[in-house]
Amino acid sequence: MAEVRFNIYRLNPETGGDGRFQEYKVECEKGDTVLDCLNKIKGEQDGTVTYRMSCRSAICGSCAMRICGHTRLACSTQVSGLLEIYEEITLEPLQNFPVIKDLVVDMKAYWEKIEAIMPYMVPDAGEPVPEKERLQSPEQFDTVFEVATCIRCSACVSDCTSLEADDKFLAPAALAKSFRFAGDSRDAADKERLTELVKEGGIWDCVRCYECTQVCPKDVRPAEHIIQLREKALNNQMEKSVGARHVLGFMESVGHSGQLDEGKLPMFAVKNIGAKISMVPIGIKMFLKGKLPLKHKPIPGAEDVQRIYKKLEGE
Amino acid sequence: MRYAFFPGCVAKGTCPELYQSTYKVAEKLGMELVELTEATCCGAGVMQAKNTELTDAYTARTFALAEEKGLDTVVTICSTCQGYMDPANKTLKEDSEHLARINSHLSDGGHQYKGGVQVKHLMWVLSEGQELENLKGKVQKNLNGLKVAPFYGCQILRPTYALGYEDPEKPSSMERIIAALGGQAVDYRCKTRCCGFPIILENEKAALRMTGRSLLDAKENDAQCVVTPCPLCHLNLDIYQKKAEKEIGAKLNMPVLHLSQLVGLALGISAKELQLPKHFVSSSQVVSAVGA
Ligand code: FES
Repeated sequence: MAEVRFNIYRLNPETGGDGRFQEYKVECEKGDTVLDCLNKIKGEQDGTVTYRMSCRSAICGSCAMRICGHTRLACSTQVSGLLEIYEEITLEPLQNFPVIKDLVVDMKAYWEKIEAIMPYMVPDAGEPVPEKERLQSPEQFDTVFEVATCIRCSACVSDCTSLEADDKFLAPAALAKSFRFAGDSRDAADKERLTELVKEGGIWDCVRCYECTQVCPKDVRPAEHIIQLREKALNNQMEKSVGARHVLGFMESVGHSGQLDEGKLPMFAVKNIGAKISMVPIGIKMFLKGKLPLKHKPIPGAEDVQRIYKKLEGE
Repeated sequence: MRYAFFPGCVAKGTCPELYQSTYKVAEKLGMELVELTEATCCGAGVMQAKNTELTDAYTARTFALAEEKGLDTVVTICSTCQGYMDPANKTLKEDSEHLARINSHLSDGGHQYKGGVQVKHLMWVLSEGQELENLKGKVQKNLNGLKVAPFYGCQILRPTYALGYEDPEKPSSMERIIAALGGQAVDYRCKTRCCGFPIILENEKAALRMTGRSLLDAKENDAQCVVTPCPLCHLNLDIYQKKAEKEIGAKLNMPVLHLSQLVGLALGISAKELQLPKHFVSSSQVVSAVGA
């Protein structure tokens, strides 16, 4: 192959500041990964460039970093693939974490969130303790197979949109981890787990942007499992949060008229009076602009939709 | 070409300008849109959290309505509709047992989905082949290098396994359309990020930060307007823009157009017919830059 330009984020904790980018040129060979090139830079050009790595085979999760704007594992990302899209390779530390040095971040907040979701199995206390291990069928394991493959690399946390906007958000890795137990046939603490998860910063704060699913190097699909947690919360009658009411109001509206009544839904979902009032000015302006139909019309033949709704939702 | 047309709830509700401008554009381009007036909401990813059997039944019913009219392509004008109907369609087509079960919910209403429909966003339709050539040939008011920031958002790009039309890392369909109209597509980081709309009720502050950040990014990259294929993104980017300005502490004043409105301007359709005045943020500078 040829000479490739690497633009690497550098931050020296002793001098502090905002950090800067430093350019390196590397002779790349076919099959080189980003980590191979980083090792060449560190070994042959600049020993001060700092990053985490260990297994070099996409198992330990330590080499995740932002590569050309998206978080990936340096050890499983080929330079040649990147060059099909990018002219040079930019390396930055994980986003949504404080930087310690260069490409190394402080993972403390990540571990605190993992701890917060009860990352352990809680079997039914009323059940007699079995003599051997608690068994589960292959089908039961399938439910949690994807989340069980997480290598805790934090790629999903780094690219999480909701976390970037609100650091209270538990973020995809911890929520996927929560499903690891909530979805497990041997766990009996659904109520306890979900009661925490429906609070502020929990499952209803996800925007469903699928950035996490997209960047996950192990196909854990965190977004899909956050949606499964929502389903579990609703099945457990946890219906008070705005998120839950959003779903229920939506179902009801479409189930009756075939189409969503956009004017009514916000007022139904949000119960807080202050929040309701704060929506009024925008509502009035929308009405004046002709963007808020006064009367919600059912679609022609809405009876057929009502029939399906009744059959599948039972009311 | 004749297409089945699924406008979705928002185009028929809070974004009537999208509905109208789509028809105006279709007329100019000689596309016949056969609206599926009896079709239901796609569930928008909201209902999917409660009952996917139900949303799949609604969606299969919509496709059956298209088949009954002898049409094989359902055109959407909303990324969210596309983002949930397209993957549902894949499963219905690939899993015959699933299709049979879903059809059993439809039979009492006299519908059966045979699995012969593709669902395609208008952006995808216009961005390739014959339709793109046709569009190029019909441009009356060249956008004259107008700097347009395409805002793809999420649902039409991710996850790849469910959609897969184009690479979320380097999408190009809107860029091709903008180029065909004589505009200049602005490249900026936030073009494939979330607008915040899905949690505007759940966590308004966070949602506004997302809106503000994306618009600011477009502005800092010299965009004269933002264009989006999704009316939900439009709601947040336009209607909530003033609030977003307050939240991030920066002036934005960024006109946000539906894709069909931008296309319409270049086809020589008036701002009034495209209902640009319905927006909260004025598009008058865009209109005068194009000379429409
Ligand atoms: S070095 Fe272990 S995952 Fe990359």
